[in-house]
Order: sequence, then C-alpha cells, then structure tokens
Amino acid sequence: MKVGYREVDIFSNTEIAKDIFELKVQIESNDSMGDPGQFYMLRSWDLDPLLSRPFSICNVEESVLTFLYKVVGRGTNYLSKLKPKDKLKVLGPLGNGFNLNVSGKVALISGGIGIAPMIYLAKKLNTGIDFYAGFTNEVYYMDYVRKYVAKIYITTEDGSTGQKGFITDIFRPEKYDVVFTCGPSPMMKKVVENCENKSSVFVSMESVMACGMGVCLGCSIKTKSGMKRVCKEGPVFKGEEVFFDD
Amino acid sequence: MIDTKVNIAGVEFKNPVIAASGTFGFGREFSEYFPISKLGGLSTKGLTLRQREGNKGVRIHETTGGIMNSIGLQNPGIDAFIEEELPFLNSQDTVIIANVSGNTIEEYVISVEKLNQTEIDMIELNISCPNVKEGGISFGTKAEIASNVVTQVRKVCQKSLIVKLSPSAENMVEMAESCVEAGADALSLVNTFPALAIDISKKKAIFDNITAGLSGPCIKPIALRMVYEVSKAVDVPIIGIGGIMDYRDVIEYIMAGAWAVQVGTANFINPNACAEIIEGIEEYLQKEGISTLEEIRGII
Repeated sequence: MKVGYREVDIFSNTEIAKDIFELKVQIESNDSMGDPGQFYMLRSWDLDPLLSRPFSICNVEESVLTFLYKVVGRGTNYLSKLKPKDKLKVLGPLGNGFNLNVSGKVALISGGIGIAPMIYLAKKLNTGIDFYAGFTNEVYYMDYVRKYVAKIYITTEDGSTGQKGFITDIFRPEKYDVVFTCGPSPMMKKVVENCENKSSVFVSMESVMACGMGVCLGCSIKTKSGMKRVCKEGPVFKGEEVFFDD
Repeated sequence: MIDTKVNIAGVEFKNPVIAASGTFGFGREFSEYFPISKLGGLSTKGLTLRQREGNKGVRIHETTGGIMNSIGLQNPGIDAFIEEELPFLNSQDTVIIANVSGNTIEEYVISVEKLNQTEIDMIELNISCPNVKEGGISFGTKAEIASNVVTQVRKVCQKSLIVKLSPSAENMVEMAESCVEAGADALSLVNTFPALAIDISKKKAIFDNITAGLSGPCIKPIALRMVYEVSKAVDVPIIGIGGIMDYRDVIEYIMAGAWAVQVGTANFINPNACAEIIEGIEEYLQKEGISTLEEIRGII
C-alpha cells in the first residue's frame, strides 16, 4: 500500500527572487522520493483552502526534497509564510516523469518557474546537456545548474541578464536529438513547432487539478491518443501528442 | 459490540460509507492507498451508453469551502466499463453501485439493460448531473419528468434502484415522493449545486458552460436539511451526500435521517478519507455506547 499524506518538517523556505521561493522539506522514506518530472501535492493548512497544490520535484538530496514555487494565490501565499520546523503535508511522488534513458545531444528548455523540474532533470542526466532558461527579469538557480550542464543560455524579457527576449528566440532545435521543456503553454507550443523531429520532444504539462492521483478528471487533456490525465499519465507527454490550444 | 451494517433495498453494506460517484474513479487508484473492501460501497464514475470525453476548458475551480467542477461525465462508456473495469470491482468485497446517466430515456434504458447482465449490486440513476447539456439535471428539476424516467427504467431494471436527486429540484419533497412512487428503491441526495464563478480579469465565466457543480463542506448544511426533509416524507432508505469531510458529518447525516452516506470531495484532499471516516464512526459509536446506527437514525 502507498502511504497517503505524510506530515513532514520544513527544513528551509527561502525567497530566492521576487515571489519565487525555494522550499526544502525533510522526508524519511524507504521508497523513492521521486524522479525528475514527478510531483507532490502539498498542503500546510487544514480545510481552507480546500485543495492541495501540485509542485514538481526540483531536487532530491538524501532525505531533503526541494520544491520551487511562485507566489500567485492563496495556497502559495500560505506556503510562503512557512518557517523551518513548521509542518507540511505531502502526497507523492505522483505522475510519470521524464524518460532519462536518452542518447544524443540533449537540450532542456525552461520558462519562468517551469525551471523547477528541469533542475532535477539536469542533475540526473548530467551528460553534456545544454540548458536554456527564460526569465521575466530576475534570474535564479543558474549557479546550481552550471555544475551539471555543458552550456547555459539565458534570456530575460527586460534584458537585464543574458539576451533580451524569449528563450524560444535563441533556441536552435537543429543542434539537438532530444528536447525536454517545461514552462508557459505558448513557449512549449513554440518549442514543439520549431523542432523537426517531434517524437523526441517531451513536454511537462500543467493543469488545474483537485486530487493529483487520477480520480477527479479535472486535469484531463485531449491528446492524439484520447483523453489523458496530466496527474496520472503525465505530467510529461510527447510534444507531438498534445494540443496546446485546447 | 458495535454493528455498523446497513441494509438498503435488500443489499447489505458492511458500513454506511459509500464512495461518491465521480470522486473515486473505478476504485483502482484508491486501492493503492487502502483496501477498498473496507468501504460500505462504491458508486462508479458516472456512466453513459457511449464514451464521453467530457467538457472543454476549465474543469475544476476552487472556491471558499468548496470546489466547482464541470467534468462533463468523461467516461469510457458502459461496454468498456463492463469489460475493463467491472472485473476488478467485482473482485473487491464491497457493494458496487453503477452510476448511470443518459441524454435520453432510451439511453438510460439500454444502459440499465446492459448492466442487468452483470454482477453489479445496485444501479444509481443520475438524473442530476449539472454539467451536460441534455439529460442529466434537466430530468431532475421537474417531478413529472423525473417520474417518467424512473418509471421507464424501473420497467427494465432487475437491480436495486437508487435515484440520485438534484438540489435544483423545484420541490425536493415532491421530487422524492414522485421518484419513490415511480419505483425507486432508495434515494441518494444531493448532487452538486449549480453555481457560478467569474474571472474578473478575463471578464467572463470561469467555465465554458457558464455554470458548474458546487460540492464540498460549504454545501453540507443545505444538503443536510434536504436529507432531513426528504427522510421525513418517504419510506425508502436515504443516502445522504454533500460535503462530508469526517465522521462527525456522517453522524449528523444519520441523525438527520440518512441510512448511509456518500463521501465525495473529501477523497480529493485525502486518499484515505473514507477509511479514516469509517474508523471514526466506529470509535464514536463505541465511545457513545451506541451499538447500531439505527439507534440514532432520524432522531432529529
């Protein structure tokens, strides 16, 4: 049997850029704490808000699990107030992550807070990959990622770091055999469109979800092989399988 | 010695906790968290004659004390359910209730005829889904229309028949009485409340269908009042549904007149919710020196 929600201790909860928080929790677990692309449902409250919030695994180091989140609403606002030793309830790891068994030249492309699963993915692949990261203005986590990748490409919308513009402006798909991407839907759509070999582009989808475990069907998306649950069959899908406009 | 068993329309439930339709899939996902044979029963995701993809756009929206959903009966269709999901459910030691929806009376009838041939324990007729354009709730607002659906289904239905009522019924008691008269063996109430949420930056409704079904703790006091009123008016067993989050809520429903309950939204925020509620009921009865649910049923 899988365990349900576990109560864990907050190790740290740090604002690393405006409204961007790095949350580390301590988990004692004999099972896998999760693979890149998998996620956890988190809640630090009782019944208000009612639902838990899904977050990708950003890193796993021994018994410490890292999440990265942007404060956008009530749930993330509550999370941002947590202090070390506070309690948090977690359910996971959930969903299907990225296929790590790839060969050839690999590119990781992230937009904004979509960088979260890409950090853990970069660390796990750790084989001369190129990392493309697009930000609005403030840049974060690049020093950590540098240890695991061959080259980093950065864009900011205000041009404060790296090249001014969007990450899709500088991404050169023809250089790569495999592409992994996570970020805003229009960004991922463009990445898939630009890649000629679409069967080797993998996207991490986001959707509003209630349960995170495949029963509410709130996060279902239409794919070329029928309706799929982002939380269960995903969140990672082949780029050619999904429709970004629906 | 406490006994939580309850008999509804000739079907014995080991306890009064039934997983509500649309919140428990076909049981597989939850069976990874706890043995689902602990449940009194399980009502399947709403089934339709043909497969449905469900609704487009936003499907879930959180609100204070509740969630709104507009899934739109995404399901594999009756035949695929019988072939692919039912064998697993039948292997579980719990009451299996097939929740059936339709766009037309004929669709309900064909679906029920197909289910007659299976080992399903009961059928729950969903005349109250707020998220489909035809059928669903339109059958559940006017008593004479509901009565017609139930009469036609009753003619063919060889299983015990539960009718699931909508809180949008023009007159809840009249609706309940009509459904019983038309042949319902039991009633379950209530389905979600049609509700509205607006995105003020996009200046349009959150949901493509404009309205969606509200569930969760915010609806509990209203649903509880409806169960109370209906249980006083009809003689068939009532299954109470609406915002049950813990065992205390279940006891309230039993005291209001319910024989059993369905737990829905709580499953989304805790996969072990039903198992914990069942334990909580047992502990409560033990502590209060109550040996059967009948002792407290309808005492209000």
